[in-house]
Amino acid sequence: MDFLVFQYPMITLQACLDGILLGVLFALIAYGMALQWGVMNIINIAQGDLVILGGYIAYFMYLYGIHPAWGVIVAPVIMYFVGIAIYKLVINKVVDRDLFISILATFGISILFMQLMNFAFGADVVLANSGYGTTMLFDNNVVLPNSKIFSAFISIVFAVCLVIYMKKSKLGRAIRATAQNARAAKILGVNTEKVYAATFGINAALCGVAGALISITFTIHPYMGLPYTIRSFMIVIVAGLGNLPGVAMSGMGLGVFEEFADYILGTEFRIGSVFLLLVLILVYRRFKLSRKREYLK
Amino acid sequence: MRLNKIILSFVSALVILFSTSVASFAKVVGDKIILGAAISLTGKYSSNGVHTQNGYNMAVDRINSMGGVKVGGKTYKFDIIYYDDESNPKRAAQLAERLISQDGVEFMLGPYSSGLTKAIAPVTEKYGVPMVEANGASRSLFTKGYKYLFAVLAPANLYLDVAIETAVELNGGKPVRIAQAFEQDAFSQDVRLGILDAAERTGSKIIIDDKLPKELNDMAATLVKVKQMKPDVLVVSGHTKGALTAIRQIAEMKVDVPMLAMTHCDAAKLSKQHGKNSQYALCASQWHKSLTYKDDFFKDGMTYAADFEKEFGYDPPYQSAESSAALLVFKDAFERANSFDQKKVRDALAATNMQTFYGNIKFAPGGQNVDKPMVLFQVMCDASGSCENKVVAPLKWASAKLIHPIPKWSER
Repeated sequence: MDFLVFQYPMITLQACLDGILLGVLFALIAYGMALQWGVMNIINIAQGDLVILGGYIAYFMYLYGIHPAWGVIVAPVIMYFVGIAIYKLVINKVVDRDLFISILATFGISILFMQLMNFAFGADVVLANSGYGTTMLFDNNVVLPNSKIFSAFISIVFAVCLVIYMKKSKLGRAIRATAQNARAAKILGVNTEKVYAATFGINAALCGVAGALISITFTIHPYMGLPYTIRSFMIVIVAGLGNLPGVAMSGMGLGVFEEFADYILGTEFRIGSVFLLLVLILVYRRFKLSRKREYLK
Repeated sequence: MRLNKIILSFVSALVILFSTSVASFAKVVGDKIILGAAISLTGKYSSNGVHTQNGYNMAVDRINSMGGVKVGGKTYKFDIIYYDDESNPKRAAQLAERLISQDGVEFMLGPYSSGLTKAIAPVTEKYGVPMVEANGASRSLFTKGYKYLFAVLAPANLYLDVAIETAVELNGGKPVRIAQAFEQDAFSQDVRLGILDAAERTGSKIIIDDKLPKELNDMAATLVKVKQMKPDVLVVSGHTKGALTAIRQIAEMKVDVPMLAMTHCDAAKLSKQHGKNSQYALCASQWHKSLTYKDDFFKDGMTYAADFEKEFGYDPPYQSAESSAALLVFKDAFERANSFDQKKVRDALAATNMQTFYGNIKFAPGGQNVDKPMVLFQVMCDASGSCENKVVAPLKWASAKLIHPIPKWSER
């Protein structure tokens, strides 16, 4: 236990800011997960691996001399088609099935992606340098890498665009209608098959953006996807489906929680504390549900 | 019908028996000495696994083309059976079992990484198969009393204690304040133990002692503490991931620390790919091509590096060099034992005392090489921004003077 974080107010501020910037990025990934969970009733275990794949796209652009920030444009386009392909090959066969089947299927996709990325890109840890410099605040006591600010900003831009798109566009309305009641939407002439494919594609595209941002801010590695899946799963569990402000808030909350866990318990418990929180939330939810059921009785 | 089945199973049993009995004579076939190795060709260690394999192959070709191994007045050539252990310790142990009991291999080369060597060592020990390994540095390998395990490299606890001693020396012999962050794996934790020993020896104080998770990609919290508490030395070890994350975030957060000591800088290609961000980082290495050790097969480090690059198209990391050295040790031991008897070869290995291009090799009773110090190099950049690793310690091989303290980010 280390309570340095409370002794130096600047460290507290630093932890909060780091957490919020990180949380916005998590929220973007979680939003994609919430979308396809809500529309298709699929929990995508391969979410984190799609993120890492997006990261590799930005990394390869960087290797070939293109600034990795362009990855936030290129990665979603490529990943959209990757998403459609995964849907056509696997997901459309499990979309109406039990949730358990879809978890198994996406778990399989996750393992396949990890191994393919390892095979194709190698097992080295890589990163893309943005060269964005650093913002210093409060007499150099609080430091914010501009790459983190950039990724939070881009995440917000993409989230806002997506919300507008879902509200205004025809496809967006069709997606929302399908989420509410797939059968009714079908009767009213919505091509749900197309809606599902587009939803999966949009989710993959969001993962692509997040991956590109992660390659700029942190590091990527073929086997680093799972923590991102877990985080987004948790954010969605807390926020509920179809609740964007909730996803954003719980994303930032998780980011700040992780930073404080890091300072207080130590870096080794950072990911562990996320898992612990997940268990606590699931237990709490179950407890609440069982109370509801008692009323019903 | 039933009789047919019985005959069929009898014949297939015979075939299996015959094929395994042929294989069990496979240790020396004709003029070939067959060694076995489980190597990570896929999975998370695949890059270093390939470096290891390239090192082995390079030495096999060189020894074979320069006359091979002379035992009992006859000349033999080396050959290696490889299996892919998928970077998985369980798989590695199975493959070692298979190499020994099915393929009949009687001499083994090590896999990549301490973890996999730990998985294989009990198997080779059980069968009394001598294993020369070049990529398992964890101290725990050498404290178990293994009799058939020999490592050409220096143990992990010696990686960075030179850095602490140097820091104390530069501080006028006075103790220093140390901040450290280590990944939670066998190797990094051994490096940590080495630092703890060095701190105790010199009376230095450890003010930050963070453990990094396996999924590490953010160590901002540690660095914020470093910024506030201003230690004299920051030590980081967490394989390539740790080195890259540290270098990126130290540069981004402009963390000023007089000395930064790390492991795995060359594997992370710091000087080539991260240039000025990695400038002044001090790195522990088992080997550097500029060292002046010599042998008859590869001449010296520079020649080895040039030959290696010609064959494989890249500068050899120390993982390749030490792997090549393992074959030189085997050749020497076979010739001194003048026999293929496993016990005699084992005794000959234990009595090894030789110099290779990679360094002097002499084994302690635990199996670790005690005759080869670690080297420290520092990433140094010229005005044009191109960076290079230059050896700064031990002084005997230093090609540049250590820059200390590291200039502040605001002055660069």
